Amino acid sequence: MAPTNEHVRERLTGKFGDSLTEWGEPHGLLTFTAPREMNLKVLAFLHDEDDLAFRFLTDLTAVHYPDRTGEELCVVYHLHNLTANRRVRLKVHAPVAQPDVFTASMLFSAANWMERETYDFYGVNFIGHPNLKRVLNVDEMDYFPLRKEFPLEDQTRIDKDDEMFGRG
Amino acid sequence: MTDGSDRPQTTTMSDTNHIRLPEGSIGRTTTTLNLGPTHPAVHGVFQNILELDGERIVKTEATVGYIHRAFEKIAERRPLYQITTLTDRLNYCSAPINNMGWHLTCEKLLGIRTPKRVDYLRVIVMELARITDHLICTSIVGVDAGAFTGFLYVMQYRELVYEIYEEICGARLTTNMGRIGGFERDFPQAVWEKLERFLREYPKAQKELETLLVRNRIFYERTRGSGAISAERALNYGFTGPNLRAAGVDYDVRVHEPYCSYQDFDFRIPVGTTGDNHDRFMVRTEEIWQSLSIIEQAYRKIRDMKGAEAGVYHADVPEYYLPQKTDVYNKMEALIWHFKIVMGEVDIPAGEVYHAVEGGNGELGFYLISDGGRSPYRLHFRRPCFIYYQAYEEIVRGSMLSDAIITMSSLNLIAGEMDA
Repeated sequence: MAPTNEHVRERLTGKFGDSLTEWGEPHGLLTFTAPREMNLKVLAFLHDEDDLAFRFLTDLTAVHYPDRTGEELCVVYHLHNLTANRRVRLKVHAPVAQPDVFTASMLFSAANWMERETYDFYGVNFIGHPNLKRVLNVDEMDYFPLRKEFPLEDQTRIDKDDEMFGRG
Repeated sequence: MTDGSDRPQTTTMSDTNHIRLPEGSIGRTTTTLNLGPTHPAVHGVFQNILELDGERIVKTEATVGYIHRAFEKIAERRPLYQITTLTDRLNYCSAPINNMGWHLTCEKLLGIRTPKRVDYLRVIVMELARITDHLICTSIVGVDAGAFTGFLYVMQYRELVYEIYEEICGARLTTNMGRIGGFERDFPQAVWEKLERFLREYPKAQKELETLLVRNRIFYERTRGSGAISAERALNYGFTGPNLRAAGVDYDVRVHEPYCSYQDFDFRIPVGTTGDNHDRFMVRTEEIWQSLSIIEQAYRKIRDMKGAEAGVYHADVPEYYLPQKTDVYNKMEALIWHFKIVMGEVDIPAGEVYHAVEGGNGELGFYLISDGGRSPYRLHFRRPCFIYYQAYEEIVRGSMLSDAIITMSSLNLIAGEMDA
């Protein structure tokens, strides 16, 4: 009784109705978006229901879309049902001005550092996280480097003193 | 000497009065030990602040990120083929697996189908890399239990594998091997000669390493029961790979989601029962034998190929596969494609893809989002090491310091993979 993508979608819409949007199946991986205040409810539903049983958190990360005003930050969860071998991808959007999202670390211990990493790079504030501090960058850093407003250095810039770099 | 506390004072020398101890340090019953970031017993750059009661660990706090190199950010302005070099530096003990995983991710996004021979060549390379990865881990566990000989002895076979890499791509550690669609050239004869030598000689050395450690009383006592984690906790902590299998869960990406024609091979997935250091060691040891068998099967399949199929080493994807240099100099078409690829004029189709391979440490995932530009919009590496290292505190709490050291090496923590 492997849950097919259709089955997962049916069960989710049966439970949460129209609040889940942006359904898609890129490369066969069922993807959908939930309102950010519902992320824990959806995760718990996927986790607890025996016919869904998405009990393995594969990955948690974020993406920054500066053009999506009011929902710039997108937190992405990859869940895996290991017995039926099916994956699902859940997205939650949050405004960059107040990026509050509930933590999943109570449900998955694995989320602890993944959320710290996401906070570290995108500044997503995971409400309820037991130890939300930077994990890879230095503590003194006062910005979130993977956001799109921090471009990598333009390699064609000419205002640098090349002699300092042995290229003079 | 009285300082007002009711602790019995043992120091009677009056000239110690001038020593200023930190506030509260006299009354404390635990010791804080700073293990790492550069410590000979810690195989990699990461720090653990241990709270010790005698030799027992009460609490640990891990600090990682010492070699964070912002790969995910750098990848956002690089064309696909330039990101291969970043993946090398994740788990540098098995760099070719990362390279192949990246190529497979790109191929999934671009919809490229690779010929069977390419798949088999990749399987050979990936399984060689898995052997070297497990080889380091298993022999280092021996070192931490007091047996240095085995480690040094098997290194000559890792060296042989590195020579094979060298014949394939010219590099040894950070390999940057292969291209989108296949390999830059066919494996030269020297690869097959060295591979045959490896298949002939290595099993003997592996046997010897096992004779040294397996059923060795000291090694057994040191590893059995220490650093254990239950299957349930391991799953909750996102464990994958040998560490999860040692806890008794038979999850292997090669079987669950076969990539690179792994479905054509006959191999077993060893699992443990208790998830302790000994089980992790045994699972990796058995996986080495399974990898050897896969390499032999792949080699046989490649030798059996006839006709045009026997010379194929890349898929026909001129938009992404860098042409051979001689062709670039002599053929117009190749020159054009070379120029377009190198100057980044080939746009990637928009899309979103997650692809996972079974790395040395577990599920190595690539989450790639493209918005149709020349470089990824977002690239995230699912690094198994980073995810399972957070369980370290729970695993070693209450154990002896020396067991914690073995646990650290049997988990196979690779700083490069952890810090990205």
